[in-house]
Parts: sequence; structure tokens; C-alpha cells
Amino acid sequence: MSDYILRIKEVSKSFSGIKALDNIHFDLKKGEVHALMGENGAGKSTFMKILIGLVAPDSGEILLEGESLIGSNVNETLKKGISMIHQEILIIPELTVAQNIFLGRERAVSGKRGMLSGWLNDKEINQRGAVLLDKMGVNIAPNAKMKHLSVAQMQMVEIAKAISNNAKVIIMDEPTSAISDKEVATLFKIIHDLKAQGVSIIYISHKMDEIFRISDTITVLRDGKYVGTKSATELDQNALIAMMVGREIDRMFPETTQPVGQEVLSVQNLGRAGKFSNISFNVKAGEIVGLAGLMGAGRTEIARAIFGLDQWDEGEIMIKKIPLRARTPREAIDRGIGYVSEDRKGLGFIPQMSVKDNITLSSINYHRKGGFIDTHSEQSVTDKMIADLKIKTAGAGQQVTYLSGGNQQKVVIGRVLLASPELIILDEPTRGVDVGAKFEIYKLIRGLADQGMAIIMISSELPEILGLSDRILVLSKGKQTAMLSKAEATQELIMRYAVEG
Amino acid sequence: MNRFSKLGQYGIFLAFALICLVLAFSTPKFFTLSNLLIIGNQVSINALLAFGVTFVIITGGIDLSLGSMVAVAGVVAATFAHPDTYPLIVPLLVGLGAGSAIGAFNGLVTTKSKVPPFIVTLGTMTIGRGLALIFSKGRPISNLSDEFNFIGGGNIAGIPFPIIILILAFAVCSVVLNKTVLGRYIYAVGGNEPAALASGIRVSRVKMWVYTICGLLSGLGGILLTSRITTGQPNAGAGFELDAIAAAIIGGTSTSGGTGTMTGTLIGALLIGVISNSLDLLNVTSYYQQVVMGVIIIGAVVLDGIGKKD
Repeated sequence: MSDYILRIKEVSKSFSGIKALDNIHFDLKKGEVHALMGENGAGKSTFMKILIGLVAPDSGEILLEGESLIGSNVNETLKKGISMIHQEILIIPELTVAQNIFLGRERAVSGKRGMLSGWLNDKEINQRGAVLLDKMGVNIAPNAKMKHLSVAQMQMVEIAKAISNNAKVIIMDEPTSAISDKEVATLFKIIHDLKAQGVSIIYISHKMDEIFRISDTITVLRDGKYVGTKSATELDQNALIAMMVGREIDRMFPETTQPVGQEVLSVQNLGRAGKFSNISFNVKAGEIVGLAGLMGAGRTEIARAIFGLDQWDEGEIMIKKIPLRARTPREAIDRGIGYVSEDRKGLGFIPQMSVKDNITLSSINYHRKGGFIDTHSEQSVTDKMIADLKIKTAGAGQQVTYLSGGNQQKVVIGRVLLASPELIILDEPTRGVDVGAKFEIYKLIRGLADQGMAIIMISSELPEILGLSDRILVLSKGKQTAMLSKAEATQELIMRYAVEG
Repeated sequence: MNRFSKLGQYGIFLAFALICLVLAFSTPKFFTLSNLLIIGNQVSINALLAFGVTFVIITGGIDLSLGSMVAVAGVVAATFAHPDTYPLIVPLLVGLGAGSAIGAFNGLVTTKSKVPPFIVTLGTMTIGRGLALIFSKGRPISNLSDEFNFIGGGNIAGIPFPIIILILAFAVCSVVLNKTVLGRYIYAVGGNEPAALASGIRVSRVKMWVYTICGLLSGLGGILLTSRITTGQPNAGAGFELDAIAAAIIGGTSTSGGTGTMTGTLIGALLIGVISNSLDLLNVTSYYQQVVMGVIIIGAVVLDGIGKKD
């Protein structure tokens, strides 16, 4: 079969005795988008590291157009035509777009020989960059500094870099995790163009709807093992989830029968110049209010204002009928507000600290005995939280950095819960979390509401908003465009209000 | 706290033990009680400053004004330490107070202005030196009381008093860092400041504390130095900040914040003391000593980096 550009057979890899990958197969056709799916820890990243030459496999075969890649390092696989667009984009912010695209290849671009090749030729680099970006149909100036670009634009630059490397295979790891829907559309258009030019894409994402929109073929890994490869048309979402988790998840979203209680939060005509204006809503005990909208609609900004991370200019916030003006998160926490940020790494946890130290960080003040930390009570609340939230960790002393995304998220939620909040704001609570853990987090959120907490959930995933929320507040460009009840809300309706105005 | 920093600390401990072992065999004088007490005495001031700056570095900050705070505290304390004027507690309190006040100033400007602490404390370093010169009118302040001079020069049961202060300060600093809420917050602020803020930590208050504690310990160092040389010297302590920062770094405190221990810093300070002492014993001139010390600082961080690789 000559239409396969990349053939991978029986690749295995162990780390200190534990099989990370066991007998993996993967065949990539020329010009196809091939999704690689699996929960976190399924072995996707190890597999990709092997493919780009960062990690050597213990056994198996990797053939790129019939030529073995075993033993090639990262630079060699790159030259042979395999490029990876990393989830966390690797750029040099102070350099220009074109300088980033041709980074490390300035000599080749300068077109000079010998001594002269050491001189930089920014003019040539800019010209070539412009041609490249034009071809892709993206409007980015080649001499713009990288730091002034949006995440989506940086991604385009990375793709341009891959194209300029004559990539035959481009690996995209969670390319849409930080970009807006409109930018996703641009990305998909570029992917289509690349396909048409015969470039093959390996596409890694947790977002189901995207996978079905963009991919031709889907390969699933589970626990380091090869589960199967199917054409995207043969599968639906439930069948794919079943392949990934090894069982059907019949009901993703838990139902509730609990009635709602007293009003906990009331927001009236809240506004912040340039961010949002005239926002009014309330949340009652036991209720989940979803905040829907496109990126930049002002959802996170409202959450930050309530939590005291940002200030606001007009309106009023009341917690249980008493006005709140939190100048710092501490004041918000003391008034019973908890915030689980969308930016887990940036605002969620302290990477160098243990699970225990992180989980008790917001409430450690309550575990004191004569000026010192009461280690017994600290340990016991930690152990209880680890058990309650089913946090998978080697122990309370494990550093949070080493946990999976879902478990890191649970540590953050645990920290927030230990401060005994009455209102919890969850901002994209399942971002970067695999399907199995998502389900657990949904159950957890519903469980907290059933215990009488008021919950605000911000999410860009509409199924999540629809499945969990009792009411849905839709925002568009900083304005509130609708408050929908669970009964009337549909994906189409939310989208219509989200783009209004 | 962190298994890598533990490993790094372990490495520095081994290096320290190894150097002591080599010295014990190569210079017979090294392992005598009197020499060890000399080392302890010499190390004490630097160790106090290093403890202070360790708090600051763990929060991700830096303090370059240590040496100037030593000078200010020294001349201020000396002014109130003449025989038959004030009781001993007065020079002690004003000395510690002067150090703490400058430290608090560092903390205030750093948290309110968002100017990096490197710049702020570089400024305070010069301001402090100027204040010391103004306060003393540029002249050494001598004729200090015997009680005051006991602090830096006296013995209790044959143990130099500075060593006793050193041990007490080490115990207190270790407890603050490991057993108190403030200590936990110090690690959190240095580990991830925005997350610490979002976790409800009053980050500015934590920073105020660490710079003030650093000033307090520098003030204590200034009192010790003044008492030892029986003179308040406006030019004393110049360059002390670099030795203190070196001790913290050799001891495994990461300059990017979030990790570090008092034990590591103590070993770092001892290592510096042992090496300069042994170079003295080996009759290496002080010119070469500086070169050797620099090589050791870089070497320690390189080794630490190797230990930290996964």
C-alpha cells in the first residue's frame, strides 16, 4: 500500500518496568486527518514523543515513506518531514513572526555562502515569511513581534513554520484548547488546505465535536494499548467514548431532584469599563447557573470581579442580601465565595508544593494550634478530601505537578471546598481533562449543588452547559443577551444569543 | 517539601562532609575544637544574613541592601552603647529596629510600586550606606560598653556568644519556615504568586513580612559585627549581601522562588566559612581565596542543577 505515508508497527515502550506503550499500530495515509484519541495517561504523548524522536522505543518499527525513523533524533525527524505543534506553544516572544518561523535556519535563508552566511538577512526572512503566511490566507505581519500576537495567531505561525520545514506529517496537540470558535474555523480551513496539498495531520484533542468535524480516521489508545482504528463515519460520540473508556457512559450528566433554596448571590447592573456592562442575575442555593458565550464575551471577567481579582465600576454584588465589594480574593473567600479558575496552572495550584499543602492552602488559617500549623488536623482533612474527591495520587505528600490534569483540577476544587464556600464559581472546570474524569467532575458539581451550594459554571462546551445548568445566562460582547431555563435551552438558541449584538 | 530540593540539599551536605574530611586529613589544625569555634564565630554574621535573605529568595525576591542595613544598625546601636548611658536593651532595640525599618521600607516599595526587588533594594543599598555615613558623620563610633561588646566577643562555657545566637536564630527561622502559616505562605508566594493570591493569601503582607524579617536579621548581624569590632563603622558590611545570597544559593535555594530550606542555607554558610578558613590554614593568599570562592558558588549551582535533572 503506497498511499500510506507513515506506518508504525508494534511499538512498545516501558519506563522503569511499567509499560507505557504496548504494541501500538498506527497507519497514516497521505493527505488525511487522523485523530489520536485516548484519556489522559492512555499513552498519546509518549507515542508522539517517540514519533518525533524525543524518546526511543524499546521495540517496533516506524517507517516514513518506507524509510525507518528509529534512531533519528528530533532534528532529524523534523528534517525528514515530521513537525509537531505543541499544546503549549514554543515561541520566542521578543523576536518577530518571521524570525520565529525561520529560527535555527537563518543561514539557509540568507542564501550566502561561507563567512557571509553568518550575517542575518531580515529582509529575505520577512519576504519569505510574508509569502508563506499569504499562502495560508492568514493576515499576520511577518515583522510583528511574537508577543503582540494572540494564541491563535501564534499557532498559525507554528503551522507556517512546519510548512516551511516541508512537513509531510504535522502533529497537532490540543490545537483548539485556547482559541475562540472563529479562530477554530480558520484553523480548520488551513487544515483542509494542507490536506489538499497532501500533508497528513495527526490530530489530538479531547473535544468530541471537533474530532467528528475534522478527522477522516480515528485511532484510540487506552492504558498504553492499541484499541482500534475506525473511519470517522463509522463512529458516533457514544461509540467513541466507549472505545476510550472501555465502557458505555449512558448518562454523562447526573440529574437532580433537589429543590433550590434561598438566594445566595445577587448581581445588579454590574459593569466594568471595556469589559462588561449591565449584568444582572442571581444564583440560589442548590442551583447551577451556566455562563455561556464566546471567548471574550466577558464571562471570566465577571467571575474575577465577583471574586475580588479585578475591580468593577458600577452596579452591586450582594451575598445573602449583604453588599460585597471584595478588593482581594481573601475577602471574597471570607464571604463564602470559591473560585476554580480556567487557568489551572496559572491561578489554580502551586506546582512545587504537595497535594496536602495545596489542598489546605486557602484554609490553613483554621488549622492552627498556638501559632503553629496543626499537622494532625491538616493531615486528616487532606486525607478525607483525597478520599471524597477520589483524587488519584501516590499520597498526600506527592507534588501536584506529577498529577494528571483531572486530578490537579480535583486538588484545586478540594482547596476551594475546604474554605467552606456557599458559592462556587467554576471556570471551564473540565478543560484539558479526559472523558472519564470529566464525568466524575460533573457528578461532583451536581453533588455540591445538591448539598446546597450555589454554583456558577462557565464553559465553552455547550453540551456541558446544557447538561448541567439549571439556568443559563448567555453573554455577548460584555452584554447579557438571555437568561434561559433548562427546559427552553438548546445549542442553537444559546449560539444565537451568544453572537447577538 | 520537594524531593528534588531535598536531593540537592543532600548533595550539598555530602560535598560539605567530603570537604571537611579532606581538610581534616590535609591540615591537622582543622579539626581542633578551637579552630571549629573560630569558624563558627566567623560564619555567624553571614549565616544570620543568609537566613534572612533565604526567606526573601523563597518568595521569589532578592535583597541587595543587607550590607547597608548591617552598617545602619551598627552605627545606630553604637550611638546608644556608650558606657554608663543607656541600658543594654536600648542599643539592641534601636539596632534591630533600624534594620527592620529599612526591611519594611523594601517590602513596602516592592509591593506598592511593582518595581522589581532587585532595583528597589539596589536603591536601598545606596540609601542605607548614605544614612550610615550621615548618622555617624562619616566617623567610626567607638568607646562602647563592656556588656555591648560581650555580644560579639564574649563566651559562655567556652562557646563564643555569636555561635549561641546563630543556633537560636537557625532554630527560630526553621520553625517559622516549616511550622507556621507564614512559612507555608512564603513557599506558596514564591511557587506561584497569582495562584497564591487566588488562594486567598495576602501576598503583599507576606512580602512585607519577609523583607522585614530580613531587615531584622541584618540588624542583628550589624549589632554582632559592631560589638565584635567594638566600633560602629559606617563602612562596615559592604559586600555582605553577596556572601549571604551565595550561602542561600549554595544551600539549594532556587533564585526563581518556591524552594529552599534553612538547613541548606546553614550548610551553605558553613561551607563558605570552612573553605575560607582552610585556605587561611593552607596559607593561600586572600587574592586566590576570592577566585576559589567564586568557582565554588558556580560549581555548587551546577551540581545542584545536575541533581535536579529528572
